[in-house]
Amino acid sequence: MSTWNLPIKELGETPLVGEGVTFKSISETVCRVTENKAPRGWWVAFLLSVTFTGVLGLSVGYLFWTGVGVWGNNAPVYWAWDITNFVWWIGIGHAGTLISAVLFLFRQKWRTAINRFSEAMTIFAVICALIFPGIHVGRAWYAYYMFPVPNEMALWPNFKSPLIWDVFAVSTYFTVSLLFWYVGLIPDFATLRDRARNKWRRIIYGFLALGWRGANRHWQNYERAYLILAALSTPLVLSVHSVVSFDFATSLMPGWHTTIFPPYFVAGAVFSGFGMVMTLMLLTRAVYGMRSLVLMKHLELMNKIMLVTGSLVGYAYGMELFIAWYSGNEYEWFIFRNRVAGPYAWAYWTMISCNVLSPQVFWFKRFRTSIPVMFVVSILINIGMWFERFVIIVTSLHRDFVPSSWGYFRPTLVDIFTYLGTLGLFFTAFLLFIRWVPMIAIAEVKGVMPEADPHLNHGGHHEGEHGAKHAPATAEAE
Amino acid sequence: MAQVDKDTEDNTPALLLAEYGSPGELLHAAEKFRDAGYTKFDTHSPFPIHGMDAAMGLPDSKLGLIVFPIGLTGTTLAFLMMWWMNGVDYPLVIGGKPPYSLPSQIPVMFELTILFSAFATVFGMLHLNRLPRHHHPLFNSERFKGFSDDKFFLSVESSDPKWDLERTKKLLESTHPTHIELVYDDDEGGADFEPSPQGGH
Repeated sequence: MSTWNLPIKELGETPLVGEGVTFKSISETVCRVTENKAPRGWWVAFLLSVTFTGVLGLSVGYLFWTGVGVWGNNAPVYWAWDITNFVWWIGIGHAGTLISAVLFLFRQKWRTAINRFSEAMTIFAVICALIFPGIHVGRAWYAYYMFPVPNEMALWPNFKSPLIWDVFAVSTYFTVSLLFWYVGLIPDFATLRDRARNKWRRIIYGFLALGWRGANRHWQNYERAYLILAALSTPLVLSVHSVVSFDFATSLMPGWHTTIFPPYFVAGAVFSGFGMVMTLMLLTRAVYGMRSLVLMKHLELMNKIMLVTGSLVGYAYGMELFIAWYSGNEYEWFIFRNRVAGPYAWAYWTMISCNVLSPQVFWFKRFRTSIPVMFVVSILINIGMWFERFVIIVTSLHRDFVPSSWGYFRPTLVDIFTYLGTLGLFFTAFLLFIRWVPMIAIAEVKGVMPEADPHLNHGGHHEGEHGAKHAPATAEAE
Repeated sequence: MAQVDKDTEDNTPALLLAEYGSPGELLHAAEKFRDAGYTKFDTHSPFPIHGMDAAMGLPDSKLGLIVFPIGLTGTTLAFLMMWWMNGVDYPLVIGGKPPYSLPSQIPVMFELTILFSAFATVFGMLHLNRLPRHHHPLFNSERFKGFSDDKFFLSVESSDPKWDLERTKKLLESTHPTHIELVYDDDEGGADFEPSPQGGH
């Protein structure tokens, strides 16, 4: 007989929800956030984010009006903050799909506590990312040349260019993430619809729930759809950052032209995504009282993933450096010596200390389970991963082959405001999500509770073996 | 719209709806209905219940059969598009590479396969489930709202060939539900948002 979601006591497993959590209390805990009035802090954060979104609008408007000269980009640093920000945001988006798809295929049931949240983050991060390639082309009104649509020059995109692959990869990624997110939301919108106390909520959530009635004949196809989407998203998420890395790796620039880029970029993307999920999760969990659903166990597992991916990234940094020396290519070796000890050494060492050194504290359980430590480390990871992209892009470009064309990049105010503006846009979308959409996957969390097992009380001869009730509630408390 | 008198004895209900307190009870009730030869019954739960497909005697989902050909269509269209655009309609020679070369087309072919498959998955799932469907007799029951919270239901449609009000009801009672209810179709699209006349107990 199946005991598929009872914790295996022999392995020291504990239930995935806190003590005293019932089906009803899950609906209540998650839905009341969207039903009650927003706390004052939400309004403060929201107004601040909206202000910065306005700053983004102004910066981009000024850029369109004046031209890309308002940025600090120069010859030879043709790519700078624009592409750095693009890669940074895309990377942040990767945690959502990793949690929703890869961990799903590996049957990591703990993902249910954090998947909704990080999928939403993925979508907003990809929106922020998509802004940059659109605006960095100079004449943004010609950005549609990137798509295979007929234009007045009867010219088609060059499909041999990785930049075009990128267009397809990122837009597919955005679309599939959105579909995946919405499919997951359908049963939860039904919960909100059925709890609705006024007509508008009933109509809007009812519309979004598509008339979901929890029928098993529906769940059957729904679960299959979820499985297929996970199976599609897994290679997709690995492909997206690989394709982003092709933008660099297929060029002939020393510092970019390396075969390690695709796996190295994917590891870094997952790393930075988990960093951002952790930062936001800790804040939201504390503000909205989700401690019974997002346990210390979940946070600890996330910290372990950060330790693994952070170390992978550290390995990639080391290997890049080693190969630059071992290859005997003097341009490659020069670029790397310049990275480590040149004018941008400060950026390189910021990157190393944030990305490689700071997650090493997670070897110790004491730090892995300490909220302040993980909060600080998650912020450091966000910073470090931004610097990683900055280092890759700017240090490889600023000392070109001929010393007469060497330069130094400094951001302008417009660069800074555009970047801060995308943070504003991200947080605006994120705060609206928290306010109106169930931030934890209600149906999925219910499904991994011990009580969801149909054989819990009817196990017959197995009753004695596994106990009538779930293992003693030993879920770690803070 | 003509108002059907729902309180008359001889008016056939659309469904019989039974409520259970746990997934296990619902699973056993479904097994009973499967064994009794019912085909138009369904279970309703806040989350998918492990083993329910077998308990209801459902065949495997057909979704994969929809997704696979559409995914391959995506691959083929991507190939044809790039071959025609770069190889036939406007050959571009860049970096001394041949105007059309297959290896450099792989990423876009892959992405469009995924994109087409994902659309096929979501819309295929909705099609198989006949969703969206905002008007359904079940929504006339006030109690049914609990399905998305912590209640478990079994519904039997009166169009089932085995349907017989008394006997079906007896079979339902033998599964020890906490509550049994007759649900009528009100034939009105908008009525779901009004307080249901026979809802709630």
